[in-house]
Amino acid sequence: MIRQQQIESEEKTENKGRFGTFGGQYVPETLMHAVLELEDGFNQAMNDHAFLDEYREILRNYSGRPTPVTHCKRLSEKVGGAQIYLKREDLNHTGAHKINNAVGQVLLARRMGKKRVIAETGAGQHGVATATVAAYFGLPCKVFMGAVDVERQKLNVFRMKLLGAEVVPVSGGNGTLKDAINEALRYWAANVEDTAYIVGSVVGPHPYPLIVREFQRIIGDEARRQMMEQTGKLPDAACACVGGGSNAMGLFTAFLNDPVTLYGAEAGGKGTETGEHAATLAKGRLGIIHGSMTYLLQDKNGQIIEPYSISAGLDYPGIGPEHASLAESGRAHYEAITDGEAIDALVALNHCEGILPALESAHGLALAMKKAKTMRPDETILVCLSGRGDKDVNTILKVLDDHDTGNERSGEA
Amino acid sequence: MSRMNEYVNKERGMLFIPFITAGDPSEEATVELAFMLQSVGANALELGIPYSDPVADGPVIQKASQRALAGGMNLHRALRLVKKIRLRGVEIPIIVFTYGNLLLQLGRETFFREARENGIDGLLVPDLPFEESGSLAEQCKANGVDLISLVAPTTSEKRLEAIGASAQGFLYCVSSLGVTGVRKTFHPKVLSFLAKARRACDLPIAVGFGISSKDQVGALKGHADGFVVGSRIVSLIEKRAERLKKAETRAEALTEISNILKDTLLGNRKVVKKGERSTQNA
Repeated sequence: MIRQQQIESEEKTENKGRFGTFGGQYVPETLMHAVLELEDGFNQAMNDHAFLDEYREILRNYSGRPTPVTHCKRLSEKVGGAQIYLKREDLNHTGAHKINNAVGQVLLARRMGKKRVIAETGAGQHGVATATVAAYFGLPCKVFMGAVDVERQKLNVFRMKLLGAEVVPVSGGNGTLKDAINEALRYWAANVEDTAYIVGSVVGPHPYPLIVREFQRIIGDEARRQMMEQTGKLPDAACACVGGGSNAMGLFTAFLNDPVTLYGAEAGGKGTETGEHAATLAKGRLGIIHGSMTYLLQDKNGQIIEPYSISAGLDYPGIGPEHASLAESGRAHYEAITDGEAIDALVALNHCEGILPALESAHGLALAMKKAKTMRPDETILVCLSGRGDKDVNTILKVLDDHDTGNERSGEA
Repeated sequence: MSRMNEYVNKERGMLFIPFITAGDPSEEATVELAFMLQSVGANALELGIPYSDPVADGPVIQKASQRALAGGMNLHRALRLVKKIRLRGVEIPIIVFTYGNLLLQLGRETFFREARENGIDGLLVPDLPFEESGSLAEQCKANGVDLISLVAPTTSEKRLEAIGASAQGFLYCVSSLGVTGVRKTFHPKVLSFLAKARRACDLPIAVGFGISSKDQVGALKGHADGFVVGSRIVSLIEKRAERLKKAETRAEALTEISNILKDTLLGNRKVVKKGERSTQNA
């Protein structure tokens, strides 16, 4: 704790792009021009009605927004507590919330006169979303992906290639998401003059955490309105999974000034006591990763530790700086959900509601089910169902094979 | 006068500032490599601290980091290794090159104490740009350590002026965009960029990123006061890593590296010594 205070006092003189102590611009000098230019371009775009109209028009007519809010009657009854509502980001084009941000950032890149786009991807969802929007606008697209992930996520690699993107396997480091981001940053540094880097989550140097939040807040803005229409009041709680944390920030932002309890589910992997997890807030320390000061899974010397989760979209060793700030202030509450708890929630949602969520989203659902149990039936909890689970069927199949059938696990008669 | 100003100044001819990674391939090898680099005419030494996520570095230095990490190197050990380098007879200034997170975890107080005790003259944090470095620059001044700043061809004139005015030690000019690593060509605007850097800063300006040949160094003459060489040297080390690790083959491997550097990069430079104000290293 003393170390923490010492670090904060050392760092507090630098205030640009901060959420309290967190955030900032810890990037090499070769990238400073690019992040400053991006900040300027973003500020201009957000004050341009034509730009915002085009963003909304594409999300409406291409991605199918607004996505619905679904009341899970049978699941709520089974859990026995608050009414569970889902914000259905799984119904977006490409099957996840990632498209909201990809549309926004690619539009911004075009507005800034960039000729090419690059992106990083872990599980492949953000890579697919970026490749999709790049195809829509006819822009060349390069996606950096850890070599290990390329092997694990063959289907999404194929989808990106089909969309005309070049997938660059990254073998440096551990060959996973953090290494893909490192390599994308290196490539961007060498090609800043004509290339835009489309970051997939609320991470990275300022202004990325802000940009991604603003292009994802449509999730919460829509859901807030829809909850008012359907239930006549605000939800009592809102819940989402957190890797970097883009769908969670997208949901939370609409409710920050409301009396709505906010919950974030981190990936607890095989249990936070095992060392095999991605529970950054539970087990990390303040550090610097990918240009941002935030909580970070690291060893005692400051070397970054490779996280683990059954869900490839949550195994990030850092967390968005605004989440770190919301956790510190107590405005949002973060808890770890294990692989097993996520799988149980996934099975329950299939059985009760006929919806297959992504493994990532199942973490958010699992935490919401836990919280619903402690709430009254006249209360409501809104969950961001960030993506659909078709991409995870192979992983789920392996796990459920190991534990007999899904029917038994869910306890559903 | 600080050791940095004594060895790294505009009257010393073309300044040569080599980079090696601490603990690559072993502590003993690092000590001997540092001594060898002084003997081929280095004006200062950049000692890189291995990091799991070196975002400013190309593949050669990334691999060096991994070799050094596998041997258990970390920032604290590297700072203490400098004492052994000093005992071996290395008198030129030593600049610790470390990513921000390693420094954050060690703590600044510990860093400056070790810097004082082990004879460290400079600090370079590649992912701490000017805007984030205010309080560290002040602490560096108070502790007699020069915080080395970088500027790039894409750095705006306004920022170049601000960075140049507050620079310490020397100004590190990045010759090309991207990451560290050997390249054939510089950024097309490099010469006009160096001219701007000179106007913005009274200290010596040294060019780094991608320098590997005599021709490149020759092309910089009259435009810069010095040059930094990292990946070229680290790749020579990589090819001889096993021999550098073993005591019985180390001397031979060091001689090879020293000869290659003289033939392809440096020519016959004099050893840079304290007090000799007019060492004309070309």
